Amino acid sequence: MPSVPDKRMTEDEVVAELRDGMTIGIGGWGSRRKPMSLVRAILRSPLRDLTIVSYGGPDLGLLCAAGKVRRAVYGFVSLDTIPLEPHVRAARQDGTVEAMELDEGMLLLGLMAAAWRVPFLPTRAGLGSDLPAVMPELRTVTSPYPGPDGGPGEELVAVPALTLDVALIHLNRADRAGNGQFLGPDLYMDDWMALAAERTYLSCERVVATAELAEAGPFHTQRISRLHVTGVVEAPHGAHFTECSPDYGRDEAFQRHYAATAASPEAWEAFRDRFLAGDERSYQRAVDTWREERG
Amino acid sequence: MSTDAPTRAEVCVVAVAECFRGDGERLCNPIGTIPMIGGRLARETFEPALVMTDGFATFTTTTLPPGTDPYHSEGGRLRIACEVEAWNPYPQMFTVLWNGRRHVMMGASQIDRYGNQNIACIGDWHRPKAQLLGFRGAPGNTINHTTSYWVPNHSPRTFVERVDVVCGVGYDRAAALGPIAARFHEIRRVVSNLGVFDFETPDHRMRVRSVHPGVTIDEIVAATGFELVVPDEVPQTRLPTDAELHLIRHVIDPAGLRAGEVRE
Repeated sequence: MPSVPDKRMTEDEVVAELRDGMTIGIGGWGSRRKPMSLVRAILRSPLRDLTIVSYGGPDLGLLCAAGKVRRAVYGFVSLDTIPLEPHVRAARQDGTVEAMELDEGMLLLGLMAAAWRVPFLPTRAGLGSDLPAVMPELRTVTSPYPGPDGGPGEELVAVPALTLDVALIHLNRADRAGNGQFLGPDLYMDDWMALAAERTYLSCERVVATAELAEAGPFHTQRISRLHVTGVVEAPHGAHFTECSPDYGRDEAFQRHYAATAASPEAWEAFRDRFLAGDERSYQRAVDTWREERG
Repeated sequence: MSTDAPTRAEVCVVAVAECFRGDGERLCNPIGTIPMIGGRLARETFEPALVMTDGFATFTTTTLPPGTDPYHSEGGRLRIACEVEAWNPYPQMFTVLWNGRRHVMMGASQIDRYGNQNIACIGDWHRPKAQLLGFRGAPGNTINHTTSYWVPNHSPRTFVERVDVVCGVGYDRAAALGPIAARFHEIRRVVSNLGVFDFETPDHRMRVRSVHPGVTIDEIVAATGFELVVPDEVPQTRLPTDAELHLIRHVIDPAGLRAGEVRE
């Protein structure tokens, strides 16, 4: 049997591959299965001026709070149990971040267009709404085929390809070559993120032998192929404080603590100093200590 | 069986359920507590073929109380405590909605006389006074399939002359697109804590369809920031039957979450 490539690396090695101004797609959905250990590694790097493409949650919130984001491309930004992401709200209201706010489905079409290497995909979504008015970069396209009544071709919105320099995704399991497996209810758009990117870095709860993936779940859950993965990071609890079902649920208490830090610059700085100043191991230790203190 | 008088929230639940009457085998996708209870009530009673989600990634026949998370982990394996009809993860949901066999009930931070809806932000979109949800699925939903709205806080701040950002497409915008582009557009109803509204007027302006018990037309007019079409005779919103009250109180929402969304 041929041996698969070994693509294992650390969070900091991934971030060393990133550059200022890059367009980075982040997998997961809201506050669910986010590659948070990779996000935390970006937070402690000097990277800046990033364009972040995300079904947004605390990934985008943290990156905005830390001043890493020039442009945010999203369908929504939510912490699920806290409907509005407070740091992203603040960034929008203070005008510190440029926004491309799409219909949720349009964002998927943009990733699909990038994945399939076509310049756009047509959709009815957006017609009649204010999306084209507030984002004039969204263009329309006229169908070359007759309309349903035999008349002229329909005019549709042309969602531009959202080509990513890099995608960051977090899965439950992967092998060392980057074959990834989700064990929760939903893959979200992680497969499209990986396909839309030049390079994808996959973090996971556990790196296992390829043969062990089939023991964790049916092969239908092995949805990410190493074809589209550049690096693999083993990151136990790497999605904390977001949900990583069925390995663990969302840390609601910690999420509330995080959300409260949007109340003042002092609260954010205290949070950053306590939890985000060191590496991933020190983050996990600081969270354990915080939990013990609360009793 | 003696039954306490229906509450306003329970009247709203039934008004929501009525929005889905006649939908048949369609995805009934109400968002919010009272919409979810109303959708489940419709399926439990007069619209049994409706398809509904578990709130996450499946279609389920199980009548889940609002706010239920049916997923749990058992020895590291995902388990689900409901009867699954089909797996419907988010990417698939977009395919379902673009395909059209869906009736969504969304909220509205602002809604105008033609049913244009805003959930994105208050103020100028480029520099909002208050960032809200963003466009979410509203543009795609309204142009692809039937949509209704639930507004639990009817006031001149929610029923407005002009919405700050058009997320969900209303009838004037749909008319401007023309009959081909707008052929799947339908804003069926708006249910608020005060009454039920539709667009069954010649130019699709919002009309008072019924007034909830205990509410007057004058109150509704005063709470609305634009001119409503008010027919000469406005019926009262129908009361829940005893069987419906039993289902709402003991089967669908035994925890009484509906009271948290609408005050008496």
